Amino acid sequence: MAGFRQLLRNTPQGLYCPPGDFHIDPVAPVARAVITHGHSDHARSGHGAVLATPETLAIMAARYGEAFAAGTEAVPYGAKITRNDVSVTLVPAGHVLGSAQVVLNWKGITAVVSGDYKRRSDPTCLAFEPVACHLFVSEATFGLPVFHFPPAQDEAAKLIKSVALFPGRTHLVGAYALGKAQRLIALLRQAGYDKPLYMHGAMDSMNALYQAHGVALGALLPATDAARNALPGEIVIAPPSAIADKWARRFADPIPAFASGWMMVRARARQRHVELPLVVSDHADWDELTLTVQELKPEEFWITHGNEEALLRWALLNDIAATALEIAGYEDEEE
Amino acid sequence: MKAFARLLDQLAFTPARNAKLTLLRDYLGSAPDPERGWALAALTGALSFEAAKPGFIRKAAEARLDPLLFSLSYDFVGDLAETVALVWPHLPGPNREPELPEVVESLKLASRREVQQLLERWLDALDATGRWALLKLLTGGLRVGVSARLAKQALAALGDVPVSDIEEIWHGQTPPYGDLFAWLEKRSDKPSADAPARFRPVMLAQAIDEDSDFARYDAQNYAAEWKWDGIRVQAAHEGGQRRLYSRTGEDIAAAFPDVIAALNFDGVIDGELLIFRDSHAAPFGDLQQRLNRKTADAKLMEKFPAGIRAYDLLVEGDEDLRSLSFQERRKRLEAFVARLHSDRIDLSPLQPFASWEELKQLRAHPPKGDPEIAEGLMLKRWDSVYEPGRPKGPWFKWKRDPHLVDAVLMYAQRGHGKRSGFYSDYTFGVWRRDANGDRALTPVGKAYFGFTDEELKRLDKFVRDNTVERFGPVRSVRADKDFGLVLEIAFEGLQRSTRHKSGVAMRFPRVNRIRWDKPAREADELPTLEKMLD
Repeated sequence: MAGFRQLLRNTPQGLYCPPGDFHIDPVAPVARAVITHGHSDHARSGHGAVLATPETLAIMAARYGEAFAAGTEAVPYGAKITRNDVSVTLVPAGHVLGSAQVVLNWKGITAVVSGDYKRRSDPTCLAFEPVACHLFVSEATFGLPVFHFPPAQDEAAKLIKSVALFPGRTHLVGAYALGKAQRLIALLRQAGYDKPLYMHGAMDSMNALYQAHGVALGALLPATDAARNALPGEIVIAPPSAIADKWARRFADPIPAFASGWMMVRARARQRHVELPLVVSDHADWDELTLTVQELKPEEFWITHGNEEALLRWALLNDIAATALEIAGYEDEEE
Repeated sequence: MKAFARLLDQLAFTPARNAKLTLLRDYLGSAPDPERGWALAALTGALSFEAAKPGFIRKAAEARLDPLLFSLSYDFVGDLAETVALVWPHLPGPNREPELPEVVESLKLASRREVQQLLERWLDALDATGRWALLKLLTGGLRVGVSARLAKQALAALGDVPVSDIEEIWHGQTPPYGDLFAWLEKRSDKPSADAPARFRPVMLAQAIDEDSDFARYDAQNYAAEWKWDGIRVQAAHEGGQRRLYSRTGEDIAAAFPDVIAALNFDGVIDGELLIFRDSHAAPFGDLQQRLNRKTADAKLMEKFPAGIRAYDLLVEGDEDLRSLSFQERRKRLEAFVARLHSDRIDLSPLQPFASWEELKQLRAHPPKGDPEIAEGLMLKRWDSVYEPGRPKGPWFKWKRDPHLVDAVLMYAQRGHGKRSGFYSDYTFGVWRRDANGDRALTPVGKAYFGFTDEELKRLDKFVRDNTVERFGPVRSVRADKDFGLVLEIAFEGLQRSTRHKSGVAMRFPRVNRIRWDKPAREADELPTLEKMLD
């Protein structure tokens, strides 16, 4: 439909909706922004007005301070807001706490911008809700047929088993501080691991925020306290960059682990010196990406960022009109 | 198959030997028979299939996935078997995941064509890790860093028995090793070690401590001989069976048919495998041409003829000599070797000496001929019986002082385990003149030990403070004529190498001293190193 490009288009600042006059997840400061979720490459500070879920706004405030934007508008899931003649609704995306798909209605066209999403169950956030649409704008971080993520519960079990096998060593798990860390904690709790979990200081604010939103994480203790405990036999969760850092030296013969979709590929794990790769991802894998498109049956399928080449090929083989927007500025290396 | 696949997967990511041992022991203690036996055989190389060629595997995958999607995936992953394992569409439904024993039994019976059909069915039913493990098994190389020795140690840990007990009976056992596991789990007696030409666990020497041992031990009680620079072997010919074992009990006969043909005796000798030229030992580099091969062709054997320099006689005819003294065994050995009249088996001569001081001079200035390329000296108590392991006192090795060279630190890489937060693997170089006569550093080796924890902290700080560039886990460190860190590197020998840019390769390099005081421009030059070539 010709109207798609009038409703949404790519600009140097990112995806822009001309009739509503707002950007979605802009990568540079803009006057009006709709933000899908709190990861720093999607939710930047310095915009004029920001519209997002209350959870995402809380995450941005915790990360950037209350003055992260000139003005904010909290829109709960499902509420309909109108901008000029475009209606905007936020719908759960299943990515992290507060993450949303942006559903736009304009002149009879329904467009869904997925943001980052996944289809699997996650005890720390609401599940992805499919919305039938004419235009589906999707991420493609793991848009290659090599990514079929195993059940996340199996990966948590792998970690627990390794802790039992190496009681004298610290399991040092790299996990993104927003979303991945809390999901991993919740998975460990679901698997019956009820000992305290030890946290790098960079995890504290997001853990507290999740707990304040009613996500139970159990006992969390600082990994580095005055006693300089080496924590043998314990699980320590830290930002991925800290695993290789001097910070890691205090622990007992640590086993470096990393919770990420990239751990599906051996070379990626070896490159980071990871000895216990845990394939836990908050993004859609190849099956989720392709099945979602098949389920929504959009007239057009646009890809914002990631590995778009294989998805374009898949769309061609399946007779689906697809376009890669190649929006720069999103980084998912630490996913 | 799931547990075995999981084990292979973890072993592949685990660099530390002790951690590998824990993983193996855990698996061998929990997997059922006969699965664990087949797994053990696959890990120790007793079982290998080359049932599927890469071309076939790729074609099978492309029949299930668009070739362009496959090639995009392959570009991203970089390894064929891994790509196939990841992209293969899982077919849930009636397919049952195959068990390892079923895979092994089927492969033994199936024709090549049938194997291909079986393989596809199995791939349909397995998960990604299972598919990866299966493809590794079928393409004939597990390569997860497990030696036969390590597997035997895991078995010893499982049964709480000395590893020499395992080695002694190992060659009488066949996959899937039911008797072996039954014994280790105390369900039956120790399997018989009476198999002819079986491996006898080897006696090893302690390194001598020059500061204390010479005062403690009397020179008169010891015999001395040269420590030849080959590999320690045990050669057996008993009951019509000929075997050649490495010192950990791996049968290496297939790679040395020339040596096997020379075992025209009835007994078991202990000696050094060497390349012989006109009855003289060739340097280790020559032997290396014959090591780690599955077979040897006539041309290779002609160019690098192998033989044994005998140290000891363990069995003669039906008589086990291991409980006799070294002195008596030595007499028997001398007569035994003399009767052979072989140009492939000679005697390691004893080196007479009157005092430790005299021996010290010999070690520093070996006589012309073979001793010049020996690794050092061996000291053996005249009254020592042949006992497995490394007992302290009866046998000592006294290696020659290593070569030393001053090199400049060029690159550093992060270590593993305890050292995972430290830059602990160092690539170093020496100066070399290019065509214009300008001096530039060329890398000559890599060392990752030889320093204390305190020194490691300082080295790590130096690396972090002086990083010029980063490539993944590697940092390039500032090293030029005006600035750089000089490392005194000790190494055992130097060989020509076409694989290294500098043209030389070191044996066993380690950091001997850190020369914080020495200016980088005063480090050694490549010609200095080339003079040390073996």
